[in-house]
Amino acid sequence: MADQVLDAKGLNCPLPILRAKKALKDVAVGGTLEVLATDPGAVKDFEAFCRATGNELLASKSDGKVFSFVIKRTS
Amino acid sequence: MSKESNAKSLSMIVTKGTLDWAYPPFILATTAAAMGLDVTMFFTFYGLTLLKKRLNLKVSPLGNAAMEMPMLGMHIGMPNLVSALPGVDAAATAMMKNLIKRKGVASIEELRTTALESDVKMIACQMTMDLFEYKLEDMIEGPVLGGAATYIETATKSEINLFI
Repeated sequence: MADQVLDAKGLNCPLPILRAKKALKDVAVGGTLEVLATDPGAVKDFEAFCRATGNELLASKSDGKVFSFVIKRTS
Repeated sequence: MSKESNAKSLSMIVTKGTLDWAYPPFILATTAAAMGLDVTMFFTFYGLTLLKKRLNLKVSPLGNAAMEMPMLGMHIGMPNLVSALPGVDAAATAMMKNLIKRKGVASIEELRTTALESDVKMIACQMTMDLFEYKLEDMIEGPVLGGAATYIETATKSEINLFI
């Protein structure tokens, strides 16, 4: 279980990323945030976001409808 | 741009002020800021309308051959002769706003607020303020007034410079 969960379902680019960025501020360094999204573009975008910001993408999965991304805040 | 910052940076010249063209600069600015870049937006000519307190953005199918709206299970474009009729722009704008809401796309107001909250630097073109007789009190708080030299100085220090 992630420390915090952000529901970004139904939101389109770039809102899942922007909301995740905001939510990460409330996660302690070393803590995790799970983002739930329905935007298929978010898969590539969260990979890029994590590479650029240095946060760690611990998991990226989908149940066919909803995507789930678990991000570990590193700094 | 702060001198002590080692972050990568993005600058943009924003020249268009219609509802559709307002999206690319604000989406890229907010996303770049979220990814840790220093971002500067220079609003000039029609782009300057995007800094008004009261946004009344519109979209026009006139002269836009690529604009097709999903309607009745297909995509409908509009011949210029029809686009030129009174009320068509208003209808197209209403349709676009409805789509934006339905598809979970952010409003321009939300993206603009997010940009300001994420320390995106905004420069309002002084010459355009004079040219179109815009009043300072009609514009949002946050942007600084500046000109071409102000922008160019930023652009020379930025990794990415876009003209939109």
